[in-house]
Amino acid sequence: MNLDWHVFLNDDGGGRTYLEWMLQSWGWTLSVAGCAYVVAMITGVIVGTVRTLPNSPWLVRLANAWVELFRNIPLLVQIFLWYFVLPKVFPVMQQVPGFALVVLALGFFTSARIAEQVRAGIQALPKGQRYAASAMGFTTVQAYRYVLLPMCFRIIMPPLTSETMNMLKNSSVAFAVSVTELTWFYTQAAEETSKGIEIFLGVTLLYIISAFAVNRVMAFIEKKIQIPGFIVAGGTGGGH
Amino acid sequence: MGGLDLSFVNWDIISKFVVNGFWFSVQLTIIATLGGIALGTMLALMRLSGSKVLALPATIYVNGMRSIPLVMVILGFFLLVPFLIGRPIGAELSAIITFVAFEAAYFSEIMRAGIQSIPRGQVHAGQAVGMTYSQNMRLIVLPQAFRNMLPILLTQTIILFQDTSLVYAIGAYDLLKGFTTAGKIYGRPEEAYILAALVYFVICFGLSYLVKKLQAKIAIVR
Repeated sequence: MNLDWHVFLNDDGGGRTYLEWMLQSWGWTLSVAGCAYVVAMITGVIVGTVRTLPNSPWLVRLANAWVELFRNIPLLVQIFLWYFVLPKVFPVMQQVPGFALVVLALGFFTSARIAEQVRAGIQALPKGQRYAASAMGFTTVQAYRYVLLPMCFRIIMPPLTSETMNMLKNSSVAFAVSVTELTWFYTQAAEETSKGIEIFLGVTLLYIISAFAVNRVMAFIEKKIQIPGFIVAGGTGGGH
Repeated sequence: MGGLDLSFVNWDIISKFVVNGFWFSVQLTIIATLGGIALGTMLALMRLSGSKVLALPATIYVNGMRSIPLVMVILGFFLLVPFLIGRPIGAELSAIITFVAFEAAYFSEIMRAGIQSIPRGQVHAGQAVGMTYSQNMRLIVLPQAFRNMLPILLTQTIILFQDTSLVYAIGAYDLLKGFTTAGKIYGRPEEAYILAALVYFVICFGLSYLVKKLQAKIAIVR
């Protein structure tokens, strides 16, 4: 089988080479995943924390419902709901650009998984830590801010790492609503050039590089925030 | 609510458009789970065999599959098959092969953890009573590994069921496609998406609930 790598240097008809186009798509993949990650982390940490609150049963139920809702509907269907259905039901949302809708869809989908990890992380802490915090006169907010959450983040770093890598892979589903990211580039370029194998390998390589980079950055953070002498058991991340 | 109207749905439409798609999604889930577990267990055994020649290809396969998005694998396989064998094989068959190959990588990681959860002493005891490697695996290690990993295997199957919606990318006729087709024909695409979401939610929520129950039961037995 002969591979023709020159295809990446060909002009795509719009004054740029396929290589340039692919790199631009890579930028979109990283932007979608990055923005959605911010949404997912903020929402996920809040929802996950609320699920462990001691004296607010209704808030806990609401947060649990949030997780079940966003975890039990396929990502593709959620993207369609945000992109097609919500703007129809709420005409105000027609002003919102498609990119933002996809970011919200991916962000909230992932927030449910992060919330689950945060909840598990907080509940994995010995109960004594919470009691010690209140014995010291900490308010609930202070106990979470200074005692529980800092410990929780260190515990959940391994599953959080695989969730961060999942985010990158899940951003590929955005191609379904024509966000011009890597997977979308692949479908377009493979058809235009009929060099499917070369384009596939190029795109795959960029996904692998991105996943590897995320993995290294997370490992670096994990090492930086490690508390000497405090060994956390490795967790396993599921899903994809 | 901005003009949503679910009244167009009736049993006729469901049986005409949705049931077929639902059936394909279920078939795909079952075949990919069984095939994925079989292939995944093999990959896990290769990685744990202690032989570099066996472990290295399995490791590359598993880590490679796990770093590419499923949609890319689905699309890639579907578009590349005609190049490789000279003729297209159809979206449905292509989806089944892709899912088995892709899920095997994830199931392999679960099975590897399951096999490693069995104390080494049991393997040694098996060897001491004269069991061969395959007897040891078949009669002692794998049954226990499966049981320990059952809740995680089932959770992965629920995720797999959700992921089957991604065959949208190659136009295979699954549950989601059933709803979108009906929505298009009756001019109610938005309502169709909502119904699809509802059906997926009920199925996945129900199954996760059952898995949680099972998990509690198994935990007591142990």
